[in-house]
Amino acid sequence: MSDFLAMGGYAAYVWPSFAVFFIVLAFEALAPRAQRKRILASIRGRIRRERDRKPT
Amino acid sequence: MSSTLSACGAVLRRDLTLVWRRRGDAANPLLFALMVVALFPFALGPESAQLQRIAPGVVFVAVLLAGLLALDTLFRGDYEDGSLEQLVLSPHPLPLLLACKIAVHWLTTALPLILISPLLGEMLHITPEARWLLPLGLLLATPLLSLIGAVCVALTVGMHRAGMLLALLVLPLYVPALIFGAGACMAAQAGLPYLAPLLWLSAALVLALVLAPLACAAALRISLA
Amino acid sequence: MNTLALWFHRIGSPPTAYRLAGRITPWMYGIGAVLGAVALYGGLVLAPPDYQQGDAYRIIFIHVPSAWMSLFAYLFMAANAFVALVWRIKLSEILAMASAPIGAAFTLVTLVTGALWGKPMWGTWWTWDARLTSELVLLFLYLGVIGLYHAIDDRRQAARAAGFLALIGIVNLPIVHFSVNWWNTLHQGSTVRLLGPSKIDAAMAWPLLLMALATHLWFFGSVLARTRNGLLELDAGKEWVRSIALQGESAGGSA
Repeated sequence: MSDFLAMGGYAAYVWPSFAVFFIVLAFEALAPRAQRKRILASIRGRIRRERDRKPT
Repeated sequence: MSSTLSACGAVLRRDLTLVWRRRGDAANPLLFALMVVALFPFALGPESAQLQRIAPGVVFVAVLLAGLLALDTLFRGDYEDGSLEQLVLSPHPLPLLLACKIAVHWLTTALPLILISPLLGEMLHITPEARWLLPLGLLLATPLLSLIGAVCVALTVGMHRAGMLLALLVLPLYVPALIFGAGACMAAQAGLPYLAPLLWLSAALVLALVLAPLACAAALRISLA
Repeated sequence: MNTLALWFHRIGSPPTAYRLAGRITPWMYGIGAVLGAVALYGGLVLAPPDYQQGDAYRIIFIHVPSAWMSLFAYLFMAANAFVALVWRIKLSEILAMASAPIGAAFTLVTLVTGALWGKPMWGTWWTWDARLTSELVLLFLYLGVIGLYHAIDDRRQAARAAGFLALIGIVNLPIVHFSVNWWNTLHQGSTVRLLGPSKIDAAMAWPLLLMALATHLWFFGSVLARTRNGLLELDAGKEWVRSIALQGESAGGSA
């Protein structure tokens, strides 16, 4: 196992590379969800504002 | 056909008149380029051999940056007073009219830079071979930069602080022109053949002369929609 | 043929596209994750060390697929931009803008993993050869498209302007590659040679290709998820979007 982690001495380069890859791909999966929440919240706010605007 | 010709003449005359009225502003790109070039000895040290090695490249970059700053003035005045919209709506071919505008812009911002480029080179101890190739390289490269820049300015017309964004859009597109233009001068300085990059530059310029006004017109139509 | 045309037109309608994308996205992510995991096992564990580069070469299993995706994403973006500008199809506008950030992300991964691979192999983090320089210019092109898209208020006009820029960029990329190649030969620069597996071992080939497939699926999952958001924004005033927004509020979750 420690051989695997050592990656023939190149661990300092190999593992950060894979880490970058994972982090970026995870971001690509999560970011749309956060964006979606934001959009829906702003639409709800707009609906509320239109509802609260009393017709004069 | 003759009315299109007279329309082009009108655009040329108008733009030249407007520039003439603010002819003091024409000095700004010149001063900027001078200052940029002057910064390099301060940053790198006055050793002339070192400066000489980078001289053609630095002059090219300085002219490029000065032109980039001046790009904004291409459409700004006309956008603000509404004449840009009139231009787009006119029955005459928009690419042709835009080509005239770009020509005047190049004439008034880039040509002065080309004329002082030997001086800029001299400040960095450029070799005699490269010193006279510099204006030629710039003569081929700067119209190309103006044409490409015009397309990008058309995309950002009307934005309040488009300066940084414009630079971001334009610089990747400037890279080939810079490589061939400065590369030719650097090659001349190193005693290597320099005709090939100049020919490539000329080919790109001819292509841009035809295509860029069309692209600029399309971009303007998108921005002003 | 008639049903195909009908189906094609139906997809163009935002609510239908929204629903369809919503159904496909989890599968893209799911299958992509599984295939990616298998590919990683194949690349990290099963594949033997390279006789020249030892274990450092294993970065190839993420570097090369990321590079392929950075280019694929740009082609996808440009193709959709072309459709959007010529035929004014709203869905294409959204697809084009959705693929820009993903492409930029893959480009960034390519550059970073490339640097991390280059340091032990060539002794330098960076070199200005044609491929690396073109990849860097590609990143700037992506950032330019994203920047322009966010600088314009009208979303549709913004998508068209940014899409136009993407099309200009696609012309520029081969030119940059070519000019940097010339420039490198002129300057006889670095002694750095770009290593590449000339005949790649079969045990190394299949994890590479499998990871390429996995990243493609991940790309489509992300693009469709972002497209759904774009459709919500586009039709924000319409009833179908509002009901989704209110439904989310009462249900307390996201569908």
